[in-house]
Amino acid sequence: MKRKLILMICIGFTLVATGLMVATCVGAKNISLKTVFDSIFAFEDVLDMQLVRNGRLPRALSTALVGGILSIAGAMMQGVTRNPIAEPSMMGMTQGATLVVAIATVSSSVFGLTGNTFAALIGAFASGIMVLLFSMQKAANMSISRLLLAGTALSTFFLSMASVIALLGNRSQELAFWISGGFRTATWKNVMMLLIVGGICTLIALTMSKKINIVSLGEEVSIGLGVHPTKVRITTILLLIPMCAVCVATAGNIGFVGLVIPHILRKIVGNDYRRLMPLSFLFGSALLIWADIAARMVNLPYETPIGLFTALLGVPMFLYLVRKENS
Amino acid sequence: MKNRIKYVFFFSFAVLILSALIALMSGSYAMTIGEVVNTLFGNGSKAQNVVIFDLRLPRICVAIFVGIALSTAGCILQGVTKNPLAEPGMIGINAGAALAVVMLISSRSTAYYNAISMSTIYLMPLVSFLGAFLVSLLIYFLSYKKGVKPTRLILVGIGVNSGVNAIITLYQLNMSKGDYNQAMTWISGSLWGSSWVYFKIVAPVVILLFAIVYYKSKTLDVLALGDELATGLGISVAKETRVFLVLAVALSAIATSVAGNIAFLGLLGPHIGKRLVGPKHRRLIPIAALISSCLILIADTASRNLFTPLEIPVGITLSVIGVPYFIYLMMKEK
Repeated sequence: MKRKLILMICIGFTLVATGLMVATCVGAKNISLKTVFDSIFAFEDVLDMQLVRNGRLPRALSTALVGGILSIAGAMMQGVTRNPIAEPSMMGMTQGATLVVAIATVSSSVFGLTGNTFAALIGAFASGIMVLLFSMQKAANMSISRLLLAGTALSTFFLSMASVIALLGNRSQELAFWISGGFRTATWKNVMMLLIVGGICTLIALTMSKKINIVSLGEEVSIGLGVHPTKVRITTILLLIPMCAVCVATAGNIGFVGLVIPHILRKIVGNDYRRLMPLSFLFGSALLIWADIAARMVNLPYETPIGLFTALLGVPMFLYLVRKENS
Repeated sequence: MKNRIKYVFFFSFAVLILSALIALMSGSYAMTIGEVVNTLFGNGSKAQNVVIFDLRLPRICVAIFVGIALSTAGCILQGVTKNPLAEPGMIGINAGAALAVVMLISSRSTAYYNAISMSTIYLMPLVSFLGAFLVSLLIYFLSYKKGVKPTRLILVGIGVNSGVNAIITLYQLNMSKGDYNQAMTWISGSLWGSSWVYFKIVAPVVILLFAIVYYKSKTLDVLALGDELATGLGISVAKETRVFLVLAVALSAIATSVAGNIAFLGLLGPHIGKRLVGPKHRRLIPIAALISSCLILIADTASRNLFTPLEIPVGITLSVIGVPYFIYLMMKEK
């Protein structure tokens, strides 16, 4: 087990590192590795270096952070709801954030970037509370299909409201970019925001991994072991709210990351959340970095929405889980 | 009970007429009720004739038939899957039809509605049916594992729905801004630009399918009792389920082909209907169809007039109404 773990960590780091390197080097204009390093350590005011420093580097870093945060959020949610298909985008949380971002964008945005994050925070908070309302009911009562139907309904609702607002503001195509997600607007400010908010929440989340472990064993067991499942659930979802919010504020609505990664990892390293959560972060980053590279490279020089690539992986995974669950 | 059903029927019919009248009256060219009646009897001015006969009346007729189709599809799905929350919009059937239509539109030209050639208009229902049918086949096979379990069918449907929507988004983002706005009304469901041509396509098909479903409503009752009981009563469950699914797919495909992807209509009508007349499909199906037609008419009038001169897609209005109701249903159902 130990060796497997170390191997996984090595693979994860390699994927992230090569991914970051490729992401900064390739694109509509290929840039040599030397220029990349120079632009970090010996910056000169030439186009290529500006491109790396202000365009590619913050973008690559934010894909890494968003991927990690989303994937760890998915793992946590699956743990506390004991539901293999729970994931922020499936439960309508990110869509709620998208709605409020749409409102903030259309109504003359004096807020700027912090305004977007703040708006996303409000939205994620509201929808998070609704998710809480559903998942707070007795566990026996909470079948997968109910939770999912509720999530689908909620996300339809949020997205329809967002469409109304975007139509009224004549911004509907911009909204589509938000909904499908993407990193084309990522800046250093985004990276900072992700690092600070996401980083703190992720660290707190990691300290909770033991409790999530216990809650994932079931209601009776966790009460017997002295952990109050409802309390852990509430804290977890409260933690998830700012995590989802920063991700949506940066990259819009990217689905399925939190579904794919934790499940693959669960197969490999088992159900121990102390290992699962940090590894989810690592592989979630790797996934999104590579997905973003694909999104930029498939149809040069245009971008393909990154959500398409995550859905490409996520939908089959989802179907597989559903088939397995109901047998 | 018998009397009650009569009352309910007449009441909802009255509401339908009333909402149709309001729909005829309101709009950017407002008319009084007298003018509307006058025009309907052939005494209107030229402008009034155009507004009523070329614009509003076809739209209302199409809306009514779309309501009937989606509500009947919802009744079938809820009966067959034994899940009161099943609905053609949520499990990807409508999305499949919408994807096919969007692909057709974007492969032909960048013009929509009036500029679309006649052949495309007739092709559209066919293509949308094909899309809905293919997606339903996909859902059916993906959920097939020693028989099709209703819950699995719905879950698989939700998954396929989000996959199809991701592909639709790809098409959307590659469109120019004007095209995008037009395509969006398709994707979120709108009756904008309905004409008599659409009506001529929808009405016969819907009437035919509705009649078949109505004729088979007893079988649907038995299926809703559960697989064992239905088998015991001499019904070949697997076969009948398949027949009903095909009917539901056909109904939602034809509705989508003229009105785009309208969600929640197949949920609202049947549920309100069930409240009023009970679960027997012979009564439920017509009442649910009436209620759904009322709902889509009212929602359409609202989405035409709330933000004039802008029009929001009626599907959006319906899901804004539908979701709270849906969630209420979920909370209530233990």
